[in-house]
Amino acid sequence: MVTVAQTDLQSRTRRIRRHIVNMVYGAKSGHIGGSMSSTEILTVLYDRILKHDPANPAWAERDRFIMSKGHCTPLQYAILAEFGYIPVEELSTFRQKGSRLQGHSVLGKPAGVENSAGSLGMGLSFGLGIRLGMRLRGQDSHVYVLMGDGEQQEGQVWEAAMAAAHHHVDHLVALIDRNGIQNDDFTKNTMDSAPLEEKYRAFGWEVRTDVDGHDLAAVEAALTWARDVRGKPACVIFNTTKGKGVSFMENNPNFHGAPPTDEEYVRAMEELPA
Amino acid sequence: MTAVQTTAATRDALGPTLVRLQQSGAVDLVVVDADLGKSTTSRKFKDVYPERFFTFGVAEQNMISAAGGFASLGYTVFASSFAVFVEHAFDQLRMSIAQPRLNVKVVASHGGVSTGEDGASAQSIEDIALFSSLPTFKVGVPADVVEAEAMIEAAAKDSGPWYIRTGRPKIPVLYTDGPRYQIGKADTLREGGDLTIVACGLLVERALRAADALAAEGVSARVLNMATIRPLDVDALEAAARETGAIVVAEEHLVHTGLGAMVAQALATRHPVPMEFVGIPDRYGESGTWDQVLEIMGLTSQGVADAARKVMARKRR
Repeated sequence: MVTVAQTDLQSRTRRIRRHIVNMVYGAKSGHIGGSMSSTEILTVLYDRILKHDPANPAWAERDRFIMSKGHCTPLQYAILAEFGYIPVEELSTFRQKGSRLQGHSVLGKPAGVENSAGSLGMGLSFGLGIRLGMRLRGQDSHVYVLMGDGEQQEGQVWEAAMAAAHHHVDHLVALIDRNGIQNDDFTKNTMDSAPLEEKYRAFGWEVRTDVDGHDLAAVEAALTWARDVRGKPACVIFNTTKGKGVSFMENNPNFHGAPPTDEEYVRAMEELPA
Repeated sequence: MTAVQTTAATRDALGPTLVRLQQSGAVDLVVVDADLGKSTTSRKFKDVYPERFFTFGVAEQNMISAAGGFASLGYTVFASSFAVFVEHAFDQLRMSIAQPRLNVKVVASHGGVSTGEDGASAQSIEDIALFSSLPTFKVGVPADVVEAEAMIEAAAKDSGPWYIRTGRPKIPVLYTDGPRYQIGKADTLREGGDLTIVACGLLVERALRAADALAAEGVSARVLNMATIRPLDVDALEAAARETGAIVVAEEHLVHTGLGAMVAQALATRHPVPMEFVGIPDRYGESGTWDQVLEIMGLTSQGVADAARKVMARKRR
């Protein structure tokens, strides 16, 4: 059953995907595929889970969202526009000279971006430091870190995974967008990280896996579960489709970091009704 | 000012200074460690403030990025390890601290070849080059334990990223009357008109002894302690070049990428004069006692004096 609230969320994800394609087409560069695969995850997170106030982005008690897959700025900025952090018109400045909307995430540009990223594998460590610092202050706010599945190849991810369990950190949630594709090829051909869920469990995390990352209700249920885990860090592994929403981009390794042509742009926008 | 008998390692300043700073209430400290807190002395902070001390195990990359996370909440974060091991996390230093300009102070001990017996792997001879290559980082090398304490305090109260190199050997205490350290200011330890010796770290005391030897030959050497490498005190360097007409730079670091290279670049645009450089030649270190390895590398008062004689000969030509 699709509720009214979910219809509302669906229209948000459609707008966000159009923003993503517009931004990358306009900039003639940027990362569509991984932005589209994480769209439902971030939309539900910002709409239903994250404790945040776009009117007061420096609110000390806010939850933190850490974008570890820092190339997915088209999605991050589209989310910030959709939720009122920045004007929608600003999205057209993406990757342009003088814009706040840099190619990869830069802390504070704009307010709402909580970390600098672009080199993979660092976000979980950065988020761990934030969560430990919150705990030292007696704050129970959450930290959510979005990573890719290719990113799991970075050794630092496992340093952070080990340390989070060692320090009995909770309110720290790792969100893994398992779209199965990285820069050069399919992840299973490049460096297979499977079985991912068993690795995180072995490192001492609570794990929920095989969540349909494009099913709004499933995403919300998994995020709610992760938010409420106590005594351990929590990890949700989402099965997603890279380039989701545009047929010829879906599951296509060529749309990791390349912009659409003029013709592809027109076709993409036809497939993404407003 | 001349050297006196008291000796101490600059690394010994870290733990006690952090305790004092937290007790003062002037800063809200977090200290992170990667299994070398006994050696860097940061564990002395844990003894008093265990809840503010976080160990990350032998995982420097995670420690450095987590330090950035803590700092993004407003803490003043001190991260420490051996200099060679913080080099292990260079991209994390760049992405998680330098680019977002977060308030993390990396205080790394066992800098330079004076780490001694452990040999080349443990001897950081490239750390000044690496940290000086990061925009937003300030970089300092204290000349003795008194200056190390003052520099750590200054860094704690300054905003933004810092790298401070401390050392393992017990070296003479120079600032017996108390510290004179100011961020970005060279300290003139000895006046002189014929040439200027610019030094940092344990080469400062060796430069002072070289100046004594030169004085016996009728050569008057000014000695500048350049404890802050970045930002460099270019005004003091220009004054030294104009007033003395010759410069020797002495440091415990690769000679082609350290303080000397930065001094030469600064003076090339301000006031070029004959220069000579005392530093580690284009090679790695080896095992030996700390003073033996320094001698192998030519980092002695004799080496500094020889460079001074050479630059004086060029100046007279």
